[in-house]
Amino acid sequence: MVTTGRGRSRISLFTIVNTLIMLMVAAVMLYPFVYMLAVSLSGDVYVMKGEVTLWPKGFNLRMYELVLGDPKIWTSYRNTFVYTLLGTAIAMLITSMGAYALSRKDMMFHKGFTLMIVFTMFFGGGMIPTFLVVRSLGLVDTIWGMVLPGAVSTWNLILMRTFFSGIPKELEESGRMDGLNDVGIFFRIIVPLSKPVFATISLFYAVGIWNNFLYPLLYLRSQELFPLQVLLRNLVLAGSVSSGQVTQIGGDNLVVEDSLKYATIMVSTLPILILYPFVQKYFVKGSMIGAVKG
Amino acid sequence: MKPVETDLAGSGVVLKARPRARPGRNRMAQAFRRSKYLWLLFLPCLLYYLVFKYAPMFGLVITFKNYNVFKGIWASDWVGLKYYRMFFSNPDFWILMRNTFLLGVYKLVFGFPAPIILALLMNELRNAVFKKWVQTFSYLPHFISNVIVASMVIMFLSPTSGIINQLITSLGGKPINFMMEPGLFRPIYVISEIWQHIGWETIIFLAALTAVDTQLYEAAGIDGAGRWRKLWHVTLPGIAPTIMIILILDIGKVLEIGFEKVFLMYNPAVYSTADIISTYVYRVGMEQGNFSYASAIDLFMGVISFIFIFSANSLSRRIGGTSLW
Repeated sequence: MVTTGRGRSRISLFTIVNTLIMLMVAAVMLYPFVYMLAVSLSGDVYVMKGEVTLWPKGFNLRMYELVLGDPKIWTSYRNTFVYTLLGTAIAMLITSMGAYALSRKDMMFHKGFTLMIVFTMFFGGGMIPTFLVVRSLGLVDTIWGMVLPGAVSTWNLILMRTFFSGIPKELEESGRMDGLNDVGIFFRIIVPLSKPVFATISLFYAVGIWNNFLYPLLYLRSQELFPLQVLLRNLVLAGSVSSGQVTQIGGDNLVVEDSLKYATIMVSTLPILILYPFVQKYFVKGSMIGAVKG
Repeated sequence: MKPVETDLAGSGVVLKARPRARPGRNRMAQAFRRSKYLWLLFLPCLLYYLVFKYAPMFGLVITFKNYNVFKGIWASDWVGLKYYRMFFSNPDFWILMRNTFLLGVYKLVFGFPAPIILALLMNELRNAVFKKWVQTFSYLPHFISNVIVASMVIMFLSPTSGIINQLITSLGGKPINFMMEPGLFRPIYVISEIWQHIGWETIIFLAALTAVDTQLYEAAGIDGAGRWRKLWHVTLPGIAPTIMIILILDIGKVLEIGFEKVFLMYNPAVYSTADIISTYVYRVGMEQGNFSYASAIDLFMGVISFIFIFSANSLSRRIGGTSLW
């Protein structure tokens, strides 16, 4: 019997299996966060017995009090905020202006500049020579070392250029009639028209900077400049949770240490987890700008 | 409106509106004047690329020198190919090459088809709300930092308190020290990569799937094609160009394994499978301070990677007629 898939009212076996697979996918994506949250909120007795799987048992906020009571967390939080805000602002300014100029085919050497930029996607100086350049500019162990070396992502630049090329030429002409030069056209006409793209690319940059670990690893030395990711790595991976904190709580050290780590992870991921549902659509839009070209 | 007019003349744009204002000027000068403000917009971007991308490329000259911090790049002594010879005769050379290559290939072999399969399954979902929820959840890990993903992997797999080993022991098994087992590093890495990026990578395939002509499905249905025949004869050919492009991109990236995640996940016990070129470069360069040697290794790998991308592209142009440039 021929079935056309849409006209059927009967639910096929395939649909059931597929739905189950999709539910599993969603669970696999979410469960780690649910588990970490549950453990970090549970009493250590239950964690030790391995009874905490989905829901906190012996609910308490001691771990969070401990994590938030650590001034280092606040310093690194502030650093990450500053790097993300400043870095995104600088990156957007440089990237959008450059992308607009590149999208204009009447710019002299337009082809040459494009080639020069695309080439860097395939070849680069590498970690050490870049470090030497950053160091010779005096950017090591400064806030600028966090925001300038990554100020332009070639991928984002090309995304924006692709978007700008799609804006009708007539708008540019009308700006010219009003006596604007190209800088004026960009800031007065193009930017207001491109708000969604600016939102999307800003979010790409912001997430990139927020999550970045390589730059602080290479370019920062002093603890008071460390962003969240470095602190997190030192606390969770290098396992330098101060033993004083652990014994202060008592109970099984190992378990307490783990719960403390999960709490730290949750504290540093929370902004992304909370913001994510609201900004998700912008990310998807952004990846579509690239898809159009492909 | 006087000021506007002078402004216009200064910007050079008037030339276009006014037919042949100054016939003596050649086209080069015209183009130059017309580009003035665009160059101004482009200037910061140009400076960025010159300083942070091209200057380091010239800095690669240190791979032929014995870089000395006090002498600086230019005054350091030439040593020719010393560091390249040093790397080729290093017993770790083949291990590093193999680790880098295998990790990349595993990621390609398992990580490339995964999002395509997921996208095809998502595409079969008829309930739009449910589909959207699944999509939203599956994109989430893409936005979690490598530090957190690595922390989660290591903690979940911990032999003493990790949830996986709790499960194993509760089933009567013996706890496994996952992160200390050289044979397990690659699977763990690849699985965590898939977990992180599979959802995000479906987006492009889902976009391609919506572009497949629905009339083709109806026509195939009339011809008696079932779900699988439609998949094989309509859906897959429909998204083949997208699959091809992403495949070329992924093949080109085989040797460019992200430094962060390997660096965060590995430890000396698993160097034999986990140590890749970029982590080795970091240790030699940043930890031991041997800038010249580290850069030479990096450059060697960069050149191989470059050749790789080019061959992948030309191969696909010859076979499939699609290419990136």
